[in-house]
Amino acid sequence: MARKITYQQAINEAIDQEMARDENIVLMGEDVVGGSGSDGEMDAWGGVLGVTKGLYGKYGDRIMDTPISESGFVGAAVGAAASGLRPICELMFIDFMGVCFDQIFNQAAKFRYMFGGKAETPVVIRTMYGAGFRAAAQHSQCLYPLFTHIPGLKVVLPSSPYDVKGLLIQAIRDNDPVIFCEHKVLYTMEGDVPEESYTIPFGEANIVREGDDVTIVAFGRMVQQALKAATALAKEGISCEVIDPRTTSPLDEDSILESVENTGRLVVVDEASPRCGMAADISALVARKGFSSLKAPIEVVTPPHTPVPFAGKLEDLYVPNPDKIAAAVRATAGYNA
Amino acid sequence: MSNANIVPITMPKWGLSMQEGKVVEWLAQEGALLKLGDQVVDIETEKIANTFEALDAGILRRIVAQPDEVLPIGALLGVLAPAEVSDAEVDEYIAEFQKNYVPPAPEEGEGSDGFQFIEAGGYKLRYSKMGDGARVIILLHGFGGDAAGWLFNQGALAANATVYALDLPGHGQSSKALNDSSVQHLAATVVAFMDALEIAKAELVGHSLGGAIALQAAVDHPNRVSALALIGSAGLGAEINAGYINGFIAAESRKEMKPLLEQLVADANLINRTLINDILQFKRIDGVGEALTAIAKGFQDGSRQTVNLRANLEGLDIPIKVIWGSKDAIIPASHASGLPAKVSVTVLDGFGHLVQLEAAAEVNKLLA
Amino acid sequence: MAQALSVEDLLDAYRTMKTIREFEDRVHVEFAKGGIPGFVHLYAGEEASATGVGMHLRDDDRLASNHRGHGHCIAKGVEVKGMMAEIYGKRTGTCRGKGGSMHIADLDTGMMGANGIVGGGPPLVCGAALAAKRKGKGGLAVAFCGDGASNQGTVFEAMNLATVWKLPVVFVFENNGYAEATDSRFSVSCKDIAQRAIGFGMPGRIVDGHDFFAVHEAFAEAAERARSGGGPSLIEHKLDRFFGHFEGDNQKYRPAGEVARLREETCCIKRFAKKVTGEHGITAQQLAAIDDEVAKLIDEAVAFAETSPEPEASDLLTDVYIKY
Repeated sequence: MARKITYQQAINEAIDQEMARDENIVLMGEDVVGGSGSDGEMDAWGGVLGVTKGLYGKYGDRIMDTPISESGFVGAAVGAAASGLRPICELMFIDFMGVCFDQIFNQAAKFRYMFGGKAETPVVIRTMYGAGFRAAAQHSQCLYPLFTHIPGLKVVLPSSPYDVKGLLIQAIRDNDPVIFCEHKVLYTMEGDVPEESYTIPFGEANIVREGDDVTIVAFGRMVQQALKAATALAKEGISCEVIDPRTTSPLDEDSILESVENTGRLVVVDEASPRCGMAADISALVARKGFSSLKAPIEVVTPPHTPVPFAGKLEDLYVPNPDKIAAAVRATAGYNA
Repeated sequence: MSNANIVPITMPKWGLSMQEGKVVEWLAQEGALLKLGDQVVDIETEKIANTFEALDAGILRRIVAQPDEVLPIGALLGVLAPAEVSDAEVDEYIAEFQKNYVPPAPEEGEGSDGFQFIEAGGYKLRYSKMGDGARVIILLHGFGGDAAGWLFNQGALAANATVYALDLPGHGQSSKALNDSSVQHLAATVVAFMDALEIAKAELVGHSLGGAIALQAAVDHPNRVSALALIGSAGLGAEINAGYINGFIAAESRKEMKPLLEQLVADANLINRTLINDILQFKRIDGVGEALTAIAKGFQDGSRQTVNLRANLEGLDIPIKVIWGSKDAIIPASHASGLPAKVSVTVLDGFGHLVQLEAAAEVNKLLA
Repeated sequence: MAQALSVEDLLDAYRTMKTIREFEDRVHVEFAKGGIPGFVHLYAGEEASATGVGMHLRDDDRLASNHRGHGHCIAKGVEVKGMMAEIYGKRTGTCRGKGGSMHIADLDTGMMGANGIVGGGPPLVCGAALAAKRKGKGGLAVAFCGDGASNQGTVFEAMNLATVWKLPVVFVFENNGYAEATDSRFSVSCKDIAQRAIGFGMPGRIVDGHDFFAVHEAFAEAAERARSGGGPSLIEHKLDRFFGHFEGDNQKYRPAGEVARLREETCCIKRFAKKVTGEHGITAQQLAAIDDEVAKLIDEAVAFAETSPEPEASDLLTDVYIKY
């Protein structure tokens, strides 16, 4: 597995390989081609950050620009999924869920259950999330806990190039609606990615690093931050196990509980807002089902409960970083040690 | 200078991708008299944990690397020297070593992991090549394995041979779609691989299914195989742990895979997170499930082996070695009994199916 | 444009309209008796609309409905006993008792679902139409909306998208004059919803929704346009509902006597019967036979629903991908 490509290239490759395999797959979104109807070039953008660049040349009208009307095209993707296609729909920023949420949570998420198991809705909604681009309050949020709250949706947070390809292929082949959350800061991350198509099952956490003293559960981009903290802490003699759940729904509860059973100490790192988010959810899980294993209070590392600020200095203060994670680990490791 | 008498123990390179290792625990104490093959120090890599065994005899005069230290390959772990060498000379040697030691730069780009690809027999086959001796050895892994599984053997054997390790079709990074899944076809593919690399004749070292393939190749293409070494080999009897084979094909998660892989070894601690992840990553590639199912049908029927080449051993006019771990839980070591007298048989006590990994030094010695 | 309707077709149309009417009248009665849980929105009075459209639809055409969806379901061919059982929340229901009145769906017959969200359906039919377009077999998708939905952003987005992608969609607006308790003369900013078609680059027509023949003829034209790759159309059916927004609605927002007058003057079934017996050689006896047949069917449906089992407790956790 020597070939290294970026997270962004891995997404493109996953879509490419799947579209070559199954002609029922279509891709739609705002400027996923770029140039539709204009007098200039087609595939001018290939997505706002170029993630889908080049696919139009291979798949023509299966790659579709949409008007800027998220309810319209997200709903169309959902309806198409219930009618035999397997659409991949790009919601450019997760923040835009506000203008199309009904089609996701009242329609897509409900069909299978509400129609007595007689409907399948194989739609993937790819969406970009997270802070770090100085993109301010309406283009930087981590709203995946809101999707995680909705039964019937699967929610995926890939943290590496290898994972993003395997999880995206899994998402495309899944018969349920999948919210596929891509952290914009990770797009340039490089890593080993097999050229062949492969899948990673949903609901299986990745034990990214093994350790005995403290369990760190981290999501999405925070996995890399947690690993940096763990490396630094190893030099202090604190051995951290880093768990990346990969999917918030379904959630691999067992891997988290088993790790805490071994370490007795838990730090949860999440870039989403602290209230009703993954940090609160994982804390509740371990408090409820792993109480007897705990040797110290659970620590959480999240942003403050504020909108994402614009100014670089403020945004850097907002996002959890390895130092803050390490401090939390030290706090829990030092409790009654 | 007395440096000629001082021998360094350095961080070994286990497998093509290893760049550093962690010292877990010294099993030999300073002052111990070591002989070849003695257990010296436990080392953990990102792939696997294993015991480093003495490559030279001598007194362990100094332990340089302490437990929990993570060091690049080639870094100094300890020093062997005869009693007559003074402590000062040992200190001087260490200082000199450390001054001159440059960690290897990580390689990048195509082939930087040591693997290459070649078209042969209708497949794209991945292989690695180490050493450049006149003697040519080809290592054939078992069911579900790959070329990287020879990490403790290929380098050692390459000291005086050209050693190839191959991903069989359906395995590793070789083509996954099989034209035929019989042992005969896989043996013919190995010969096609030799054709493509213009290897006229080679010694075939096969583990498990790879053993049956090696033996089949010797039977079908006698002028291409100069010697055989069969390790925990299939094809020598009917019994097989079919539960392992079926379980391996079916397992989708870490939880399902771990207990299966633990059956491969006598010491379950060898099976760590990365090893399991690597196997799962392989299994999740499109086409692997179909390939494994087909290959499994090619040599067993879900309860017993269906390819028995034992009767062919007598007629082969080449050196044949059979090596087994006494605690092999996949194919019983009893298959090493009752073989023709010309076959050199070694059963290593206390090791499992992956004996070439668990008792690498002994197996390497037998293959040398 | 409209193909000639055979006697057989007309009897079928009558049977469908009568089935919808009997179904709704009976649900009205049974709901009042307390046999039906939740809430229901009845379609009585609007039968010509669903029926005139439904007669043009093939099995592979798709239809997205709204909260007032029973008539659309029947017109699209959803089985009546299953529907009634669904409304009763029974395990034998179309959706095994997990959907209810507002969520009856049967994808096998192309029924994409009644919908509890006003304006929820139009984006979905754009997707269904995209799938039909890609299949290339002349399929289409139709969205039924009310005057209330005509003001929803989702509907505007869907109409725009349908034109941009040239999709085989027909948007049918059933303007019954009231969105819940609010008059469409207050809530709709233009005189006719059909005028909005201009803004979305598609033809728009106003049709007397009480007139089966007018509905049937107008939809024929829109369907032809959709199936031949001409893109979407909008049709506004002006019609009336004979019950309240939901069962239990006091309807004080309606002038006294309005419903009684409408039942007398605008009943699409009476009008249809008069026309076919007068002009198409169909006898009153033929229609009476259908009336008997329908009455029996609805009796059976209610009996089936009433005697069907409740869902099992274990059904709570089925048909969903994640269980915690």
